[in-house]
Amino acid sequence: MLKINNIEVVYNDVILVLKGLSLEVKQGSIAALLGSNGAGKTTTLKAVSGLLRPDDGEITDGEIWFDGERIDKKDAADIVKSGIFQVMEGRRVFKDLTVEENLIAGAYTRPGNTVSTAMERVYNYFPRLKDRRSQLAGYMSGGEQQMLAIGRAIMAAPKLILMDEPSLGLAPLLVKEIFNIITTLNREEGTTILLVEQNANMALSAAHYGYIMENGRVVLDGTTEELKANDDVKEFYLGLSEKKSFRDVKHYRRRKRWLS
Amino acid sequence: MEFFVQLIITGTVIGSIYALLALGFTLIYKATDVVNFAQGELLMVGAYICLHLTVSYNVPFWASFLITLVFSFTMGFFIEKVFLRRMIGEPIISIIMLTIGLSSVMKAVVQIFWGTDTRTYPQVFSSEPFMIAGLSISRVYIYSIAAVAVFLVLFSLFFKKSKVGVAMRAVASDQQAALSMGIDVKKIFALSWGIAAVVSAVGGIFLGNINGINTTLSHFGLKVFPVVILGGLDSIVGAIVGGLIIGILENLAGGYIDPLIGGGAKEIFPYVVMIAVLMIKPYGLFGTKAVEKV
Ligand SMILES: Nc1ncnc2c1ncn2[C@@H]1O[C@H](COP(=O)(O)OP(=O)(O)OP(=O)(O)O)[C@@H](O)[C@H]1O
Ligand SMILES: [Mg+2]
Repeated sequence: MLKINNIEVVYNDVILVLKGLSLEVKQGSIAALLGSNGAGKTTTLKAVSGLLRPDDGEITDGEIWFDGERIDKKDAADIVKSGIFQVMEGRRVFKDLTVEENLIAGAYTRPGNTVSTAMERVYNYFPRLKDRRSQLAGYMSGGEQQMLAIGRAIMAAPKLILMDEPSLGLAPLLVKEIFNIITTLNREEGTTILLVEQNANMALSAAHYGYIMENGRVVLDGTTEELKANDDVKEFYLGLSEKKSFRDVKHYRRRKRWLS
Repeated sequence: MEFFVQLIITGTVIGSIYALLALGFTLIYKATDVVNFAQGELLMVGAYICLHLTVSYNVPFWASFLITLVFSFTMGFFIEKVFLRRMIGEPIISIIMLTIGLSSVMKAVVQIFWGTDTRTYPQVFSSEPFMIAGLSISRVYIYSIAAVAVFLVLFSLFFKKSKVGVAMRAVASDQQAALSMGIDVKKIFALSWGIAAVVSAVGGIFLGNINGINTTLSHFGLKVFPVVILGGLDSIVGAIVGGLIIGILENLAGGYIDPLIGGGAKEIFPYVVMIAVLMIKPYGLFGTKAVEKV
């Protein structure tokens, strides 16, 4: 469904951030994209959704295909119309709009007569939003704002949702709730999801397939079972490695195997 | 007493037009981050177009009015598309210079076509005043306030209820997030200019009917600064309150202080108020800091 072929992304004409990144997301699946801070995960999502331009970023090489159509030269608005919707990092709700107006904005590309049913669907997923429908989004808690951000995506009824760190800054219970919604969306609505996460544990249990990126490239990929069994992933992302003594710290710092 | 009330009435009429202008100014500022120094010229061009249609082509006033609104919308739309679109991401100061340049060009073009003499609208509204509670109020005042009120209500509804109106506020709130919703931000920019030109033209046409027009009409554009400082950039209500206060104070100053000092108070009074407000409350009297929640 989504195929990223060897893309390079440059910011401000000089900073090369993605250096030949490739990945694929299969229709109906959840793919997880993991990696440390600054690896280029957000950049990858923005390259797909066409949101690089406001950041002065540009795809200088490679191609992105969605549903058999090349999209790397398209406008953000056209990409949303073709069925891709990004839930941006940090929630990015419209703070001085009400909850309901935020949802209406999410449905911008949809025909007007579908808006009220879509809104009911969002309220079904997140009853808490319904209670706060006429409240300004800026005054809601972080968790509610994340629900609203996902709610806007549901309003757009996309085929593919790009989700950037939905668990950022949320308490464990809320993280669970959000991940539940993500898997339900995938299972019941058939929405394909590309999920960027710091919380590797959660991401790998929700997803079917995973990619691990470092420094602008994919360095490891596999089904989530394979990844969960991989020693490096255990050590660097899941924090599952055996108890460490001081002597082992050096061992911990050794170059990751896939980089050598 | 009668004199006082008449000053209040005139102030209300002029103030409501300030409110309309401030609405246009705020719209452009919030959606596109551009401080528009050509707001008064948009008003002036609208006034001239409508006058020209009515006088030279004998078009009925209501039709000239509507044609002018369509013309103004198109003009605003294309000013954004042709001139400001290229300036996105450039330093604020360059963009301000551009709008000042545009204002000079518009004034020059108007002078080329229509000269500098004051022109007057033909008698559109009957000169028979309304008698309200023993006061005679000229008809054009009543129609002006009514028209402005209708436009303000229409725009509040538009921004609250319509999809495009909500999208415009979304763009004002977070441009990149709006882009991620599939909102065509460039179209919204052009639309903001179109609407700002329309509301300005409405103000210009009524001012023209009240006082006649010449190119000094464009000075009204600068009055939006005291109005938005007073009323804030956040709401239509703020624009109305700010507009009315400035309009009324200015007229009172003109009526009571000018005769004592031989003139000038009316012109500077709005700016005195603006400076005073800024010194006490840098965000404006009704302005709020952005809603922040991390
Ligand atoms: N607008 C920008 N201009 C210049 N460099 C940028 C810009 N945005 C990101 N970068 C750089 O690109 C690199 C990748 O950033 P990106 O945001 O994609 O990382 P990330 O994997 O999402 O990190 P995180 O987990 O912290 O969100 C970083 O080194 C960052 O400094
Ligand atoms: Mg990121």
